[in-house]
Amino acid sequence: MSFTLFIVQTLNGLQFGVLLFLIAAGLTLVFGVMDFINLAHGVQYMLGAYLAVMFYALTGSFVLALILALIAALAFGLLLEFTVFRHLYDRDHLEQVIATFGIIIFLNQAVKVVWGAAPLNLPIPEALAGTVQLMPGLVYPVWRLVIIASGLIVALMLYLLVSRTRVGMLVRAGATHARIVSALGVDIRRLFMIVFGFGTMLAAFAGVMIAPILSVEPGMGDSVLILAFVVIVIGGIGSMRGAFMAALLIGLVDTLGRSFMIDILRLVMPPSPARTVGPAIASMLIYVLMALVLYFRPAGLFPAKGRS
Amino acid sequence: MADAVLLIENLRKRFGGLVVTDGVTLEIGPGELHAVIGPNGAGKTTLIHQISGTLTPDGGRMLLNGADIMPLPPNERARLGLARSFQITSVLPRFSALENVALAVQARSGSSYRFLRPAAREAELNDQAMAALTEVSLDHRADIVAAHLSHGEKRALELAIALALEPKLLLLDEPMAGTGPEESERIVAVLKKLKGRFAMLLVEHDMDAVFALADKISVLVYGRVLASGTPHEVRNDPAVTEAYLGEELE
Amino acid sequence: MSMLAPAMPVRRSARTEIAVAAIFIALALVPFAAAYGAQGYILSLFVRVMVFAIAALAVDFLCGFGGLITFGHAAFIGLGAYTVAIAGAHGVTDMAITLPLAILVSALFAYVTGTICLRTSGVYFIMITLAFGQMAYFIAGSLAPYGGDDGITLPARSTLFGLAVFKDDRALYYVTLGFLAGAYFLLRAVVYSRFGRVFRGARENPTRMATIGFDVFRYQRIGYVIAGALGGLAGFLLANATEFVSPAYMSWQRSGELIIMVIFGGLGTLYGAIVGAASFLLLEEVLAGFTENWKLIFGPLLVLIVLFARGGMVGLVTSIKARLTRG
Repeated sequence: MSFTLFIVQTLNGLQFGVLLFLIAAGLTLVFGVMDFINLAHGVQYMLGAYLAVMFYALTGSFVLALILALIAALAFGLLLEFTVFRHLYDRDHLEQVIATFGIIIFLNQAVKVVWGAAPLNLPIPEALAGTVQLMPGLVYPVWRLVIIASGLIVALMLYLLVSRTRVGMLVRAGATHARIVSALGVDIRRLFMIVFGFGTMLAAFAGVMIAPILSVEPGMGDSVLILAFVVIVIGGIGSMRGAFMAALLIGLVDTLGRSFMIDILRLVMPPSPARTVGPAIASMLIYVLMALVLYFRPAGLFPAKGRS
Repeated sequence: MADAVLLIENLRKRFGGLVVTDGVTLEIGPGELHAVIGPNGAGKTTLIHQISGTLTPDGGRMLLNGADIMPLPPNERARLGLARSFQITSVLPRFSALENVALAVQARSGSSYRFLRPAAREAELNDQAMAALTEVSLDHRADIVAAHLSHGEKRALELAIALALEPKLLLLDEPMAGTGPEESERIVAVLKKLKGRFAMLLVEHDMDAVFALADKISVLVYGRVLASGTPHEVRNDPAVTEAYLGEELE
Repeated sequence: MSMLAPAMPVRRSARTEIAVAAIFIALALVPFAAAYGAQGYILSLFVRVMVFAIAALAVDFLCGFGGLITFGHAAFIGLGAYTVAIAGAHGVTDMAITLPLAILVSALFAYVTGTICLRTSGVYFIMITLAFGQMAYFIAGSLAPYGGDDGITLPARSTLFGLAVFKDDRALYYVTLGFLAGAYFLLRAVVYSRFGRVFRGARENPTRMATIGFDVFRYQRIGYVIAGALGGLAGFLLANATEFVSPAYMSWQRSGELIIMVIFGGLGTLYGAIVGAASFLLLEEVLAGFTENWKLIFGPLLVLIVLFARGGMVGLVTSIKARLTRG
């Protein structure tokens, strides 16, 4: 394994981690504040990607497509919140799981009906389409760097929002002491709507940003959703910092594991079995990581304070 | 000292900056009913949690019949003869009264790793459970689902569960909480009947009940034992009167 | 009260007994009725129903009695099925070996993952079982020698001591029915046993159970292993029914469907799992025959059931009836 390949894969891992963070952030916010387990979070990411493809076809501008897709995703998310989710907050987790599972089934199919089952593409904005030489012998796609940068900016923004603003304070308090917050006379319903809408936009944003380097297809949100679950379980449910750290960790471990597992195994076994076993081990790496973390810290790496 | 059922020495626990148990030392002899009283927030329930094992103390020593129980989880402490009733009633709501108690009999006697024989038809379990229900005068309600029992009946059921465990030491966390005067009287009568059979540690706000039942009383204030002695000694302790009891005893 | 909370502890009532008898008699008669129609299609559909009923029974045991909401139970079906397929690829097709092996492999997976899952509770448990299920799915997909993502075809159905017991579709049907009955009566006995009493108690109040002397974790782990083993049995049967195994058997949607089956039939009743599996798969067939976009109907239907019907399909029907008669 060459050094440049290692750097490239590390950057890819970061980019994947940042993407996971964008999705996990909304999920952990919604769960932390509302105690609501939303399986449909992944289809909101998918929807973001599809909407961007559609608006790009209409406007021909990536920036416009991004903005319109975010607005449309938000509107749709709020519509869902209003018609369905709102009635689920005080239900038990099993009921939340089933209802949101129903929404996944519906939306995956609806997307197929509206846009077809074939994968779609969103072109990278022309100005950012090329590659850049990071060091001699190392060229890297600009767009991936843009994803990393935008994810980090969002993370910073979230940090400031949560630690500096009134809504952020309520969110932090809500994650640990939901009852007290509602006892303080805060309009919980409005707070929930803001948090939910925000989470939806983050997921949609992730979908739009990743669309140019991934095929946009029905069901694309499902596997990402489960990875986001792994992220927030490792990070500690309700903890934004935990989600950020765990997302980068998972992104790096998964990407590097898939790229180098066969090479690593070849150090200790002949090439042929290494090629067979390698992918299997690589694919279970993050789950083993999760198992280890939970075995020693059942509440995750950064448990939100006050939650046991 | 050696024959103490429960011996606690210099027990300490803090939550962040808040000291909730501050060097508590306590000894309960066989058959003794020891009451712990104190104002709200004195750390009484926290103390019970530490003894039963649902909270881990920061330091100190705890011996049950001479055996160090500090490192043991709650279920192993229970196996050594420690039973507790909860402040907030925590009987199993979907189990019948009889099944609630039978489960306790099952916990004490024999293996629960039996997978095929219907437990509800085991006379061995049912008879002992029924006997415990009779002791608390709940035998006529044996088949009622616990969720449908009145509050006082649930408290009595808690006692029956504790009885069925045939404990060496019973921790009673406010057994009278939330009951009306009539039900309180009934529980006091049951406790009187049980007194002497095993040691009990009673946390209770109802002073009439405490002074009617206790052999010894410890007064807990801000996590510290302010005074300890017979009801008579405690009643006449000027520090206690000043700190806590005040007009309540006049 | 919610769906998680049937009002009463489960008891043997005359009504339950009649319902159970009716279910098994009806299942036993299906092959006779099938002879008058598209026999192959009907038999294979109902074998599928019974196979998933076994897995749904396991899920009902965990969710409805243990309060352990597992979102990864399809993994156990997959493990059982893959054990048969992999053994078959190596020339071992006798169920005297493959069946115990399938059950053992899934029980072992349940033991190991259960040790970790059961250290947590509530929503963590849901997510972690989901994640472990997904792990099994991806591992299966990366098994290049055994078909990878495409899956693998069985060389032949299992034999018993060299006898081709599954050669005939009817024989397979009745063997499956026998296993379903076995699974049902086994779980029913377990639920009512001393162990089952502790298992049910742990769902209601684990702290209480610990303070009266039970090591809740160990009981729950045994329950998890029992449910996992039954999943493996279902997988063994599924592999024989379809003569094909693929990672899709383990997809998380499958796990979700198992929960939905249990909810359809009514949680915490056991026989409801059989009814639920049947109504789910038959509804799927009917809707799929009606329109290829049946999921557009099915998804919202789930949402409606959760929002308006507490107590499964039966509850939905009753509440609609109540509205109609009132209107």
